[in-house]
Amino acid sequence: MGLEKIKKVSNNEILPLTISKQESRLYMSFIYVAIISLLIGGLMGLLQTLVRSNTITLPWGIGYYQILTLHGVVLALVLTTYFIIGFQFALMGKTVGISLKQRKVAWLSFWVMIVGTVMAAITILMGKASVLYTFYAPLKAHPVFYIGLALVIVGSWIAGFVNWHQLFVWKKKHPGEKSPLLAFMVAINMAMWFIASLGVAVAVLVQFIPWSLGYAETINVLVSRTLFWYFGHPLVYFWLLPAYMAWYAIIPKIIGGKIFSDSLARLSFILFLFFSIPVGFHHQLTEPGIDPVWKFIQVVLTFMVIIPSLMTAFSMFATFEITGRRKGFGGLFGWLKHLPWKDVRFLAPFIGMLAFIPGGAGGIINASHQMNAVVHNTIWVTGHFHLTVATTVILTFFGISYWLIPHLTGRKLTPQLNRLGIIQTIVWTVGMTIMSGAMHIQGLLGGPRRSAFSEYGGTEQASNWIGYQVAQAIGGSILFIGIILMLYIFIKLAFFAPKGIEEFPIAEEEEDAEPTPMFLENWKLWIAITLALILFAYTIPFVDIIQNSPPGSPPFSWPIGN
Amino acid sequence: MHLHKYEKKWLIFGISSLVVFLIILGFGAFWQGTHPQSHGVTIDPENVEANEAFRPENLGITKIDDNKYIVNIVASAFNYDFGTDENGAPLKHIRIPKGATVLFQITTKDVVHGFNIAGTNVNMMVEPGYVSSIETVMDRTGEYTVVCNEYCGVGHHLMFATVEVYD
Ligand code: HEM
Ligand SMILES: [Cu+2]
Ligand SMILES: [Cu+2]
Repeated sequence: MGLEKIKKVSNNEILPLTISKQESRLYMSFIYVAIISLLIGGLMGLLQTLVRSNTITLPWGIGYYQILTLHGVVLALVLTTYFIIGFQFALMGKTVGISLKQRKVAWLSFWVMIVGTVMAAITILMGKASVLYTFYAPLKAHPVFYIGLALVIVGSWIAGFVNWHQLFVWKKKHPGEKSPLLAFMVAINMAMWFIASLGVAVAVLVQFIPWSLGYAETINVLVSRTLFWYFGHPLVYFWLLPAYMAWYAIIPKIIGGKIFSDSLARLSFILFLFFSIPVGFHHQLTEPGIDPVWKFIQVVLTFMVIIPSLMTAFSMFATFEITGRRKGFGGLFGWLKHLPWKDVRFLAPFIGMLAFIPGGAGGIINASHQMNAVVHNTIWVTGHFHLTVATTVILTFFGISYWLIPHLTGRKLTPQLNRLGIIQTIVWTVGMTIMSGAMHIQGLLGGPRRSAFSEYGGTEQASNWIGYQVAQAIGGSILFIGIILMLYIFIKLAFFAPKGIEEFPIAEEEEDAEPTPMFLENWKLWIAITLALILFAYTIPFVDIIQNSPPGSPPFSWPIGN
Repeated sequence: MHLHKYEKKWLIFGISSLVVFLIILGFGAFWQGTHPQSHGVTIDPENVEANEAFRPENLGITKIDDNKYIVNIVASAFNYDFGTDENGAPLKHIRIPKGATVLFQITTKDVVHGFNIAGTNVNMMVEPGYVSSIETVMDRTGEYTVVCNEYCGVGHHLMFATVEVYD
């Protein structure tokens, strides 16, 4: 049995949903935090490249690893989570609506996250938590750091609960109809986030907090790392899926086309839900104490995400081509010309897509069982995720901001700001190509990541690395210009751009699209399969890790300077 | 659900390549023994000498057979202990003849460290409570930098040594 197409419903209530002033304030609050994070984190990034190239030394006793912790936490955890939650709330508000009560709970999630963020930030600024954003035991940060992180996670869960409730209420009101595509995607992403972050929450609440407070004498290091990476890989998909939401359901509208296939979009999100979580061992390939057979099994599961990625790539280019041909651009590549290259709402995410080609290829290398040893913990890895998260995801988020912020603040993206946005996109692309490219090469030559400037006793290898670190500083400086530009554009869009109505672009399905099969909405089944895959991938090795545990580790705070 | 004709081809091509790729990885891992290091031996990080390999006199490089060597190392923030030379000074440089088979065994007394002989596949996490080990053939001459590539604290970037492979 098929479900009705979204089009029909859109006539009465899906697409015309308007976002009220009060709602806007909620969504914008999340985005304000994200943009402040971009500035702080970006400044730290610039300083890191300057230290690593031996251009400056940090004043006032500030430590390199202190700013690196700030950079990682503020950009990878704060910026991403706040932007995503704000964006997803806006998508839900637009497609299924938000009730007064839901809005109140949403504010609760915001404030819980803020309290947590401030607690963690204070400990980092005081130099009490220079453990980097992965906080590997047995390095010990101040307990308030861990409590702050736990609050950020709990706050994000509250947001997820609200999103699910929003969809649930909508479904109650629309029996037998398929859920709006974007709401479906948000619900999937939050389901994945919740299941995954349970792992790190357990580590923080059961292991880190009691241990850092002195109630537990020792910590099981390998268990804590395994719980962290059970969360750490899905974390990257939690960043990526909101970008995919924009690619699948918003970009087609911006280029004047339709959604390529509603069912395939949903199917790919379901596959991401399945294969994002039972794969954390690919971050632990060179660790002792884990059975290599289970490492290999998780490597195989990791590679399953290639299937939905191929589907996504196909959908994107199919939409581009179909739209172009419909507009009368023929020839093998003629349709490329029709794309709105001068519209930053398209250009920024499109470059994000392109960056995902080398980014994805690098990811395949990282996760390949054996090849991992060539790159593990080298600066290659840092180059890799500056392509994926700091380019693909961030440029897509910028692309979203150009219309979302004015839509929420009742202003318009002016041609001048659009032009400035294009310049911003190019600056970012150039800066990142230089920085990330230099990181990739230096990594292949063995240069380590997470390292302040060092000559390593003056070896020939180490002296070769320094040139690449200088290149990273050049790229980093260009990137920082990009951050200043973005901040300027943001302030303009939020406070000064002319009043008006900026479109919230949501693409529709083709008139004659095939109906979306009913089974795609079988939530219980999808969650059951997800949990089954997790239990399959983790039960035996996890029991094995616990049964063969060495003596636990006491806390170490002197190595981080406390 | 409807799949476009070209999408079918694209997916069949993609998934088949993936299968071939995974078979190659599996063949390497299970038949050629190229699993990443996954040593299961545990140790008390506060008493690493309980394991013979990590007694002070056994640290550093030891020849065990024709062309076969063992290198034992104890890592701690921010140092690799390769033992001492005849004068009792700490060793920071070891020499290995080209083509030798070398077993590297390392453990840590405190926090997590890395052990990477830059430019080679010797790249291991070193975690408290475990012994990490990898056997390799050093078949290219030159001087290699050993770097700690997992953050271990404020002196992380000062934790290094050198390995020389000579003819
Ligand atoms: C001005 C732009 C940026 C610059 C110059 C920059 C620079 C750097 C550098 C040099 C490192 C490596 C430091 C080391 O390993 O010692 C680093 C690490 C990192 N960056 Fe960036 N970055 C920028 C933007 C971003 C963005 C936008 C994100 C994420 C959204 C991001 C996420 C990270 C993360 C997660 C790390 C790893 C931290 C760690 O290893 O603990 N960066 N960045
Ligand atoms: Cu991963
Ligand atoms: Cu280190």
